[in-house]
Formats: sequence, C-alpha cells, structure tokens
Amino acid sequence: MNDTTPETTPSQTVGPYLHIGLHWPNGPFVVAEDHPGGIWIRGTLTDGAGQPVPDGLIETWQADPNGRFDHSDDPRGAASYPGFRAFGRCDTDERGEFGILTLRPGAVPGPGDTVQAPHIDVSVFARGMLHRTVTRVYFPENTEANAADPVLSGITDPRARSTLIAEPATDGYRFDIRLQGENETVFFDI
Amino acid sequence: MTTTPQGNEKHAVPGYVRDHGTHPPLDYPGYGSTALRHPKRPLQLLPHLLTEVTGPLLGEGPIGELDHDLTRQHAGEPQGQRIIVHGRVRESDGRPVPHTLIEVWQANAGGRYRHTGDNWPCPLDPNFTGVGRTITDAEGRYRFVTVRPGAYPWKNHDNAWRPAHIHFSLFGRAFTQRLVTQMYFPGDPLFFQDPMWNSIPDEKARERLLCRFDYENTQPEWALAYEWDIVLRGRESTPFESEVDDD
Ligand SMILES: [Fe+3]
Repeated sequence: MNDTTPETTPSQTVGPYLHIGLHWPNGPFVVAEDHPGGIWIRGTLTDGAGQPVPDGLIETWQADPNGRFDHSDDPRGAASYPGFRAFGRCDTDERGEFGILTLRPGAVPGPGDTVQAPHIDVSVFARGMLHRTVTRVYFPENTEANAADPVLSGITDPRARSTLIAEPATDGYRFDIRLQGENETVFFDI
Repeated sequence: MTTTPQGNEKHAVPGYVRDHGTHPPLDYPGYGSTALRHPKRPLQLLPHLLTEVTGPLLGEGPIGELDHDLTRQHAGEPQGQRIIVHGRVRESDGRPVPHTLIEVWQANAGGRYRHTGDNWPCPLDPNFTGVGRTITDAEGRYRFVTVRPGAYPWKNHDNAWRPAHIHFSLFGRAFTQRLVTQMYFPGDPLFFQDPMWNSIPDEKARERLLCRFDYENTQPEWALAYEWDIVLRGRESTPFESEVDDD
C-alpha cells in the first residue's frame, strides 16, 4: 500500500463566466457538418421555475457507431473511427439551448452478458451548480435494446425513465434537460 | 489487450472511487442560485461501465505556444502581480495523470472578467483576456504564467465578495474523472463569507483548493510562484492481479 495516497480535489461551480473559459467554437461538432449520418442532439436546459439556464455547459461522451472507444482502458482495445471525436461540448445560449452534432453510437457491452443500448453520457455544468450532474441520452427507436439496458432498467419509475429517451426531431433528436420540477431529468450518482 | 466477443466477463472493468465526502452538495442554501438548479430526485447509482471508464484524451489537441502564458497574449503586459502557478495532476491512487488538458479562466488584477455579463465598475485590462490552457507533461506536471486575480463583488448576499480564485477545468482520462473547480490563495480574508468555499463540508477538503506560496520557484526580479496539486478520482482496484511476494 502507498502511504501517501492523496485525497481528491473538491468540485466548485463553473460560475457565470464559464463562456470565456470553456467555449470551443468547434465544441458541438463531434463530427464535421458534412459527415454522412450526422445527427443533431438539441435541447434546452431549464431550472426549477421552468426558466432557461443561459449560463450552462453540456458535454457529451459516447461510443462510435460500432460501439467502440478510442481508449486503451477499453478491454477490447482502442479503436478509432475516422472523423469522429466522441466528445462534444456546447455552452448554452441566452435561451438555454444547446446542440451537439454527432453520430448514433453503437451498443456497448455491459456487465456480465448484458448489452447496453446505444447511449450518450452527458455532463451538465452551470452557475448555481457546485458540482456537475450526469445523465444519459437513449434513443426512442431502440425499444427492445432500451428495455434490456442494465442502466435504464434499473430506473423503476417509467415516467422518470422516459426523461432519458430523446425525442425524434427533423435533423436528429431533442433532449431537454430539466434540473428540477415535475419532469426532472434523471441524474446519476457517478 | 485483445479484442474479445461482446458480453464477455472481461468487460468487467475496474470502477473509480466514489469520493462523495470531498465535494459540496448540489443544494446549498448559502449559495442562492442552487435553489432552482439542484435535482430533487435522489441520484440514480450509475455503475462504472465502458462509457464511464473511458473519456476524451484531448492532450494532442491544438495548444497554442502562448496559451499557458496569460501575460503574453496581447501587445503589452497586463497590470498586476505576475505569478507562476504550477503543480501536478495525480489520481487518488497516486499515479500521475500525463498529457491531460487543463483549461483556466480568471478575472484580471482588479477582479473584472472579460465577459459581457461582468459589468461591475472595475476597468477591463486591454492586455488581459484571462483564459489559458495547457497539457500536463509525462509526470502530470503543468505550469501557467498569469497575474494574481482580484477579488470581486457579486450579489449573493449583503456585501458579498468572491475570494481571489482561478477557475480550473480538468479531464483526466476517464469520464468519471472530469472535474471543474477553483484554486484559491492562502490567507485570503474573504473565505468566512464565501458560500462556494464554505459549501465544501470538510474543512480539510476545502484546504485542498488552496495553493501554496512557493518561494523556491519564485523567479528573482520577475514573478512569485504558487504550487497547486490536483487529485482526480483513481481506480478502485488495479486491473492487474498482484503476483508480488511481499513477505
Ligand atoms: Fe470566478
């Protein structure tokens, strides 16, 4: 055992001026605009009064269309997918809106013999949030895979579960994130 | 590492420590804006699966030559006390976090941010943007050159002032390790009334946000140095079975 095991550094809010520090012009583009198969995932970040959150930041992380990650900690080995960054970042605008242009992720192995339905991990940061919150986007057409997903099926309340399913839109999907209120999004203890 | 068929037990990956005791709660009445912005439903436990134990490795991304030096991003030098901020990024199991992106942003020496939403009556500095980025080296070390930020007022409570701080954003190498935080300076008289600082329940954990004045690395005739080490969540157990005889 290492007797100098350091303790972790606490989180603090991004504060109201996150836009100067964390805005990336190419942040929303997990793939380039002309990439075949690109889908926009757009949504509004709202607070407990239903008001848009204009000082928030959304980040996404996901598998590629083959369900692989370009990362050596994946026991299947790192696999790259041309033109695909896997990571997206978008600060919210004055209407609380964000958008990420990406590709549909593939299914990803879960614990044991389970398979996780295609999903995107999402971090939410904002002024007024002392720590990020984490949620997941699932896709409405994957009815069977969603039903078998080990994470989704762990959420017993069907109404809560439905907050993690994106809605079809003309150029992709809508995924609104409600920090609080009647239809509060399910957030994870990560 | 070899490719294995889907659904194999080899996809059982080591998780990361859950360091709840370190972090502030999402609901903290002293910080007014948390009231409408904290989830009220209990958080749902997310096991650390493949999406969580991987993450963006942005180290190789484009970092400009002067991105780490906030005093050299304009024609002239900014006003204020020039400082060096450096340190190491490690995981809680002690391993360094090499080649990881660090982003910083801060107010100028007078406490004003170059942001359209900041309009308290303190002048902007034409020679200071207040935004930097760098990547850690092979040993997890980072270094910024900047000016010491000023305290600034906000409207959270009567006569509310933020202690001087620099905002830090870190990725580590896994989604679980993502961290956004703030670095503070030792001996700041404003901590007693600052809800961000006081939201961290454990006093020892708060102190981990303090940099240390570093006389050894202070550069004569040029800049004061401060050292700040950052620790991200480490793995719960190592993926390799230890075969070592330790008796
Ligand atoms: Fe600040």
